[in-house]
Amino acid sequence: MLLIIILSLALAGAVFTKLSGDKLASKVAFLFSGINVIATGYALKLASLGEFAQLQFASAWITSPKIDFLLNADGLSILMIGLTNVLIPLIVLASSSRKLENESSYYGLILFMQFALIGVFAAMDAFLYYIFWELTLLPIFFIALFWGDGNKQYRSKVVLKFFIYTLAGSLFMLFTFIYLYQQAGSFNINDLYALELSNKEQYWLFWAFFLAFAVKIPVFPFHTWQPETYTESPTAGSMLLSGIMLKMGLYSMLRWLLPIIPTGVEAWTPVVITLCAIGIVYGSIIAFKQDNIKRLIAYSSLAHVGLIAAGILTVTKAGFQGSVVQMIAHGFNVIGLFFVAEIIFRRLGTYDISKMGGIRALAPKLTTLFFIVVLASVALPSTNSFIGEFLLLFGLYEYNTILAAVSGLTIILSAVYMLRMYQRVMLNELKSTITAFADLSLSEMAVMVPIALVIFACGVYPHYILKVAEPALDIILKNTLR
Amino acid sequence: MQLVYLLILLPLIGFLVNGLFGSKLSKTVSGWLGSLVVLGSFAISTKYFLDFYTGSLAAPIDIKAFEILYFQNISIHFGILVDQLSVLWLMIVTGIGFLIHVYSIGYMHDDENFSRFFAYLNLFIFFMLLLVLGNNLLVTYAGWEGVSLCSYFLVGFWYKNESYSNAGKKAFIVNRVGDLGFLLAMFVLLYYVGSLNFSDLKAEALGGNIPSNVALAAALFLFVGAAAKSAQIPLYTWLPDAMAGPTPVSALIHAATMVTAGIYLVVRTNFLYDLAPEAMQVVAVVGAATALFAATIGIFQNDIKKVLAYSTVSQLGLMFLAVGVGAYTAAVFHVITHAFFKACLFLGSGSVIHALHGEQDIRNMGGLKKWMPITFVTFLISSLAISGIPPFSGFFSKDEILAAAYEHNIGLWLVASLASLFTAFYMFRLVFLTFNTNFRGTEEQQKHLHESPSLITIPLIILAALAVVGGAMGIPEVFGGTHWMKNFLAPVVASGSGAAHAISHSTELMLISIASIAAVVGIAFAYFRFVKGGALPLKDGEEKGLQKVIYNKFYVDEIYNAIIVKPLMTLSSLAYEIFDVLVVDGVVNTLASITYWKGKQIRLLQSGNIGFYLIMMVLGACAILGITIWQL
Repeated sequence: MLLIIILSLALAGAVFTKLSGDKLASKVAFLFSGINVIATGYALKLASLGEFAQLQFASAWITSPKIDFLLNADGLSILMIGLTNVLIPLIVLASSSRKLENESSYYGLILFMQFALIGVFAAMDAFLYYIFWELTLLPIFFIALFWGDGNKQYRSKVVLKFFIYTLAGSLFMLFTFIYLYQQAGSFNINDLYALELSNKEQYWLFWAFFLAFAVKIPVFPFHTWQPETYTESPTAGSMLLSGIMLKMGLYSMLRWLLPIIPTGVEAWTPVVITLCAIGIVYGSIIAFKQDNIKRLIAYSSLAHVGLIAAGILTVTKAGFQGSVVQMIAHGFNVIGLFFVAEIIFRRLGTYDISKMGGIRALAPKLTTLFFIVVLASVALPSTNSFIGEFLLLFGLYEYNTILAAVSGLTIILSAVYMLRMYQRVMLNELKSTITAFADLSLSEMAVMVPIALVIFACGVYPHYILKVAEPALDIILKNTLR
Repeated sequence: MQLVYLLILLPLIGFLVNGLFGSKLSKTVSGWLGSLVVLGSFAISTKYFLDFYTGSLAAPIDIKAFEILYFQNISIHFGILVDQLSVLWLMIVTGIGFLIHVYSIGYMHDDENFSRFFAYLNLFIFFMLLLVLGNNLLVTYAGWEGVSLCSYFLVGFWYKNESYSNAGKKAFIVNRVGDLGFLLAMFVLLYYVGSLNFSDLKAEALGGNIPSNVALAAALFLFVGAAAKSAQIPLYTWLPDAMAGPTPVSALIHAATMVTAGIYLVVRTNFLYDLAPEAMQVVAVVGAATALFAATIGIFQNDIKKVLAYSTVSQLGLMFLAVGVGAYTAAVFHVITHAFFKACLFLGSGSVIHALHGEQDIRNMGGLKKWMPITFVTFLISSLAISGIPPFSGFFSKDEILAAAYEHNIGLWLVASLASLFTAFYMFRLVFLTFNTNFRGTEEQQKHLHESPSLITIPLIILAALAVVGGAMGIPEVFGGTHWMKNFLAPVVASGSGAAHAISHSTELMLISIASIAAVVGIAFAYFRFVKGGALPLKDGEEKGLQKVIYNKFYVDEIYNAIIVKPLMTLSSLAYEIFDVLVVDGVVNTLASITYWKGKQIRLLQSGNIGFYLIMMVLGACAILGITIWQL
């Protein structure tokens, strides 16, 4: 029942936010998402105790074809829902100090997005899952289209491209599900796990499935929608996309791809994991010289999620555990980075790094908090992503030494682009064009401080995440290695 | 609660207080707060040291505090290990650390970010303690990267200067190359041995359960980490640049403590190196090569701190030579004596720079002993110590290394001896040009010349005193000593070969004589050239031939720039502008265009002409019929 409450709170929040009018919208949205944090916190506590009864819901829905309204949050799902529900109020808060047009729709869409995301992470019926998966695309499409900064015409081109690209990827997935339904006679995930598909079927089904996730994550070379979409979207849109939405692809690889198509995965892993490793180095190197701070973050994100995808594909315990820790870590870190970009944009009206410099002298609070996020992005020990990358790279090492060494370059390369960016933005002489730069406001602190706390909490004591995720990951591992 | 937690937490508390509320504290309060927390840690370290010294503690303290992460059957804890090796490092880190904190109160008193400076120093001490107290490689790694971070903060402390920020960034990035090696070493050990705990690894190694190729891989990867942190060829280039930081930082981090972490790591994992003679060979050769290479560069440098920086690189090379030939005790011994005299030298140079308002070029100094007697005498003592003049501390530790090298391979001994000769020369070139002859600076500078305040001179005096007597820790048998340190460290490096003992006393005396004579020759040469001869270093741009190459540090930075940095940056532009935008995205856009274009064509079929639709319908029906019949 708790799971239904969590899901309904998001939907109800969306409706009430829309109805509350522009003046109250951000407050109502924050209220609903805040209450949801409490409910989710309770759910996480139950999950850590191994009590999942409250986190399951099943009801018949459509009889022919047989589709059930089947929601079930195991350790993996509840962690992803936890990530979503903690980030949403931060995203709402991050937007609230900026005046926007038509705020009731804007915040309503964010909460509707939350609803769809929770559904994706909880649905255990393939059809239901697919509906939620596609539902997430609608709010983000409108948010990116209507509330972005910069040239409207160019933006609509970029956003449309993103929409069609990911939708096209998803259609392959729909096709896969229909095919699987014909084999299994059911959309229930356990029936799909039980399927014994022939090797030949698995070889091509793998790609149909993988394409949907590869575009969403994105995996090199399916990433070209990403930099421009991140750059053109409003910051809240970039946060939703990078912080949570791309985790849908990674999560789905774990949940749907690996256990249903194990032989296909085994056969194609050498190819796909190499693509991921290329993406790590490629994204990092491109990030070196980007002048647009959002595009730089986009390419760094390509590198970071490439490592997560590679770790998942190793089908090792370390890789799986690392991927969960790193999905959560990356969610917080990338939102922190985008928020810093937003903070600077609000004051200087630009995302162009070459127009920044020396800000440290004027904004000590921003300096400290920004640097903490930078540290997390370069995976310094005692920050969240160190744990994630350590496990992921060890998983890769178990799979193949060379791939681990190549992917391990990320710890050098990330230091190059992150410290370079930090220096060009914050250090050196103050740019003469910058006359004033207000330090963080209270509401901005309210976003950055929790992120900083999570960074260290997960970095020093990741034990909780590992423990909650373990049973669910064991089941996936067992099904993949059958 | 164990006292050792307090030992680690005190500097962290200092960091948090100074970091969060420093701007509200007076400079006196924040400076002394930062210093006293380190003094507190020093007191606790002393207690542990005495426990081991007197023998009231014989077995190491090995604590598992809490589990950090686990998977499959592998579990990694946060854990603490206090043993003979770590207490020695504790004494250096907190003892010299405290002196340098006090010195900094005097040195940094005019800086607007005074409290931030102390926050960083405290944080550095915290991570350094974590590094030497970790009971497994992961905790050590956390400290290892933490000290890099503090080095980054402190090298680029004056962040408005772009070249300082660059130096800090470079230090961090080059160290990251080493960190990748460290990380891979951990993976090798985790995969094949299943643990990162020093005690487990040691037991497995001694029990013969680690195959030699695994030990070799782990030892070499660890050495990549050590070589970066301790500035060895080819990863040393960050250290001279790191001199951009305030001078106390150079003394604490880039001379006495952090840069010796690489030695610590190798000594800590000596049981792995013992299983991998090839790895030791690599360590010894890299160490010897670095010792000579850096000493050569040191001869022609004119920046007082750069000379000391190359000297540090060179001395670290000697230490690696020692561990490479299995003389672990000698390496640790030299780490400690080096910490005394090199910290003293750096702080002395700071005192000079302070008096000259930022001047660092020895061509613009000279005759300073008249105005700065305490700085001069302490600097001189430390220079004698580093040159290896008996009975100063450096004499004992360096001779032990030379003897061990001699026993191992005469070529290595020769290289190390030559490096020592150069060391004596460039150190006294530095002493004479700075403190003897006449002052060559401006009149304005001369008017303000003064001895530094007691906050600065007292640490100098204490360190100089230690540089004099420090050798007592390891007086060899040939002089009637018992070599206290060898016995003390025996439980940690028991497996290591006692290299110095293998050669006869007469050979040892001969080696000692040669080394001492070489040192005297080096000093005498400097004396005749710069005091009697009155020679001065050339002005910039006047160097010719080999001298020019050495003055420009063999152009190593330029070469790295040309073959690594520049190509990567170009690749970054090309990968983005050509490959990503035109090729990858180009394919995507082309696919879209084709679809669009096909759609446009197919759209023409929907012409609205009913006759056409009817024909198509009939044709379709016929086709279906045909297929059905054909399938029957």
